[in-house]
Amino acid sequence: MNMFVKRLGGFYKYRFLMQQLVSRDIKLKYRRSFLGYVWSILNPLLTMVIMVIVFSNIFNSDIQNFSVYLIIGQTLFTFMSESTNQAITSITGNAALLKKTYVPKYVFTVSKVTSCFVNMLFSLGALVVVFVVCRVVPNVYYLFIPIILLQEYLFCLGLGMLLAQGSVFFRDIQYIYNAVITAWMYLTPMFYPIEMLPETLRKLIVTLNPMYFYMTEFRQIVLNGQMPDAYLIAAGSGVAVLMLVIGTWAFLRTQDKFILYI
Amino acid sequence: MTVDQDYIIKVTNATVRFNMASERIDNLKEYFVKLVKHELMFQEFLAVQDVSFEVKRGEAWGVVGTNGSGKSTLLKLICGILKPYRGTVDVRGNIAPLIELGAGFDGELTAIENIYLNGAVLGYSKEFMDNQFDEIVEFAELKDFMDMPIKNYSSGMSARLGFAVATIVRPEILIIDEVLAVGDYAFQEKCQERMHQMLEGGTTLLYVSHSIETVRALCDHALWLNRGKMMMKGNADEVCDAYMNSFNV
Repeated sequence: MNMFVKRLGGFYKYRFLMQQLVSRDIKLKYRRSFLGYVWSILNPLLTMVIMVIVFSNIFNSDIQNFSVYLIIGQTLFTFMSESTNQAITSITGNAALLKKTYVPKYVFTVSKVTSCFVNMLFSLGALVVVFVVCRVVPNVYYLFIPIILLQEYLFCLGLGMLLAQGSVFFRDIQYIYNAVITAWMYLTPMFYPIEMLPETLRKLIVTLNPMYFYMTEFRQIVLNGQMPDAYLIAAGSGVAVLMLVIGTWAFLRTQDKFILYI
Repeated sequence: MTVDQDYIIKVTNATVRFNMASERIDNLKEYFVKLVKHELMFQEFLAVQDVSFEVKRGEAWGVVGTNGSGKSTLLKLICGILKPYRGTVDVRGNIAPLIELGAGFDGELTAIENIYLNGAVLGYSKEFMDNQFDEIVEFAELKDFMDMPIKNYSSGMSARLGFAVATIVRPEILIIDEVLAVGDYAFQEKCQERMHQMLEGGTTLLYVSHSIETVRALCDHALWLNRGKMMMKGNADEVCDAYMNSFNV
């Protein structure tokens, strides 16, 4: 417990560094591009338009309000894949700094995931555009959306810490993870309805895939105008906390050895 | 055992173990091959072996030794970057580590942004950096280049900025690892002067250098390392003499 308080104190002490690192990532992302932050909104929109064209013309998708369905899934999934991918290299990529000064190592992983999170918040602008164009009427349950985003953020933070510490010892993780992300994308009902899948696979995804929890929570609010199912909320929060605990534990357990391997 | 409250840094039987690069395992295939062959125990390399010394408040210690003798490793141990494999390191006081100037600089950011970033890396708050900003710019003498990305700076210019940021506080312990070699004569003089000021103000100094003359001039104590082992510690002049004599044999 004492240890925990001490860690929180350290976290507070380095909040300015965290803030600096996050703002660095965001500033540098679009530096020297004409449209700048607009790209955060434009990029997901363009991807969505392409996917809508592909799926409604070629595969004859019959999901109601497909654009809305798609962009919700796409936004949440992009955040997950981007933040975890950046987290993997957050320790190895900052080797120079870690060898020269004493800075708590988790700062780098947390700041990467956080800057991706901020970027995702910008890209919610794309969602608003799609909602307006598709005449989706807002409802009171929208107030629950921040909770969903928080759940996903905590989940990504935990997963990111787990991957970051692992890749210090095995750089291979970085490459394996690309394949994992691709598989994960197809196993998540991002651009197809979950009902399309065979029974067993569907059951697996419904019980085990955290991205399914988050996407479905979001869609139930926006498309059905209802509060997300209690099961989804519980599972989404549970898996987020569990992942955070596992990730933090693994990270703290190995962090003193990082310096020998970076 | 009597409790000695006097010291500010106490290193007791510290040993630092490194994994030799040749034995480094950083992919899974290699890991399993090694696991099967029972070669997973890495070949250890002790960069610092069984070093003990105590530094009292206000002392200035020079660390001398040939390349690869563990001087920088010892400093990193004291900064907390490395953890001792055996033994203990006890530090009482805040440290300003100058292992490398501008360690937190990002080439794409402008000098202004880098001053804040580097300040944050060193653990200073935003308000503090706001207050010190003008002094930093003035000391570095780089007023006209503040909006330029650091990647376009010369090494001397970024060293100026790094030293200016790192020494704005008066830390209780200042650690310097031969970083003042870059920079022109006038700036080196300026840095030496600031270091003298700090010493007079009661700062404890740990100084690594190959310039024996500077060590003699700046430090009152010295520590001589050779291949990770401590050869001698004590009065700066005596240690420096012994160290220099070792080359004449």
